[in-house]
Amino acid sequence: MKYLDEFRDEELAQHLAREIRQIATRPWAIMEVCGGQTHSIVRNGLDQLLDGAVEMIHGPGCPVCVTPLELIDKALHIASIPGVIFCSFGDMLRVPGSHMDLFRVKAQGADVRVVYSPLDALRIARESPGREVVFFGIGFETTAPANAMAVHQAKLQEITNFSMLVSHVLVPPAIAAIMKSPTCRVQAFLAAGHVCSVMGYWQYSPLVEKYKVPIVITGFEPLDLLEGIRRAVVLLEAGTPQVNNAYERAVSFEGNKSAQKLLSEVFEVADRSWRGIGKIPLSGWRLRDAYREFDAESRFKVSTITAEESPLCRSGEVLQGNLKPNECPGFAKECTPRHPLGATMVSSEGACAAYFNYGRFVPVESIQ
Amino acid sequence: MCLAIPGQVRAIYDSFGMRMGRVSFGGIVKDVCLAYLPEIAVGDYTIVHVGFAITQVDEESARKTLENFREMGLLDEEFGEVV
Repeated sequence: MKYLDEFRDEELAQHLAREIRQIATRPWAIMEVCGGQTHSIVRNGLDQLLDGAVEMIHGPGCPVCVTPLELIDKALHIASIPGVIFCSFGDMLRVPGSHMDLFRVKAQGADVRVVYSPLDALRIARESPGREVVFFGIGFETTAPANAMAVHQAKLQEITNFSMLVSHVLVPPAIAAIMKSPTCRVQAFLAAGHVCSVMGYWQYSPLVEKYKVPIVITGFEPLDLLEGIRRAVVLLEAGTPQVNNAYERAVSFEGNKSAQKLLSEVFEVADRSWRGIGKIPLSGWRLRDAYREFDAESRFKVSTITAEESPLCRSGEVLQGNLKPNECPGFAKECTPRHPLGATMVSSEGACAAYFNYGRFVPVESIQ
Repeated sequence: MCLAIPGQVRAIYDSFGMRMGRVSFGGIVKDVCLAYLPEIAVGDYTIVHVGFAITQVDEESARKTLENFREMGLLDEEFGEVV
């Protein structure tokens, strides 16, 4: 594993960090929405490099973390049905449901398979007639085109033993929900680069206008993140909230039109519950009626499941940026990546896992 | 899982009417759906997420990102865990 001191562009990174510290006339609070960015920031110690000039607040952009507990329980239920092949991205297997996780269901004999792409699940369905193949279709806008294509192809190729348990969430409604919260401390956002590769960034202007908050489209590498933070600080200092694209090499204003076209054919916007946060209106996608036959929730009739969260877990506050992982009483004690109480400790993009894996055991105030 | 990795398109083929490609990620070659980039050609670079090309990028930035990801161990993380 490599950290910033071994990073080839360390000098450039130090230079950017110095510039940010110089521009900032007061400490600013900036939220990186995406969990991939959280990991890059914590792994490379970018927040520490800024030395108090900017506080990075870690956002809810970890699809594994915000997939609602009820849906995990439904996944566990479906995976346990004899004859079902349950396919998922690897991150989901250790996410705790109310009483179990997919790994334990698998150990008890369920056919649970980790796939790289939803098309792998579709291939398994094509090759396994007579078996029901269910794909756990989670994710933000980045992942949605892949899941939309899998369902679309299932319909075209008449692969009727394929279905999808859909839990898609969207970034702009989450930003709105965070800004509306009375405890919100966020002054600017780094928007996730690859979400915008798909969706473009035209959706962010109304948010900037409504909440007077700068939003900078940002990539995932250390220099990308520092440049995104620098631009956000420049906008904050100037008092000119705008949308700014700091990830031009991979993001255009209009995004990927082919992907957007299929997304709107397969999915429609719907209310979604976010684990730890609650229901956010119109914050996700579900399958349209034309694709309902491929909806695992209606195919397997699993609508009456009551879910129970661990009483100790405070991941909801972590996901909303109101609590740093190492401020949670259970952090690194009852809750570790080996025995996670909440999804934020499981996922490779969860803030709690990032703090644990990179040794952030003590809150900053305790060090000072 | 939200990681997206740049790679170079080495071949383009059709699978059940879908535009597919063989894409090399610094030597690791994967089948990738190219349906969302109808213009992309052999030799071009693209950013790939869960088996789908989502946007085209230039060669220099793709190489640089790949180097960074390799240094950070992210390539193994992305491709290592699948059965």
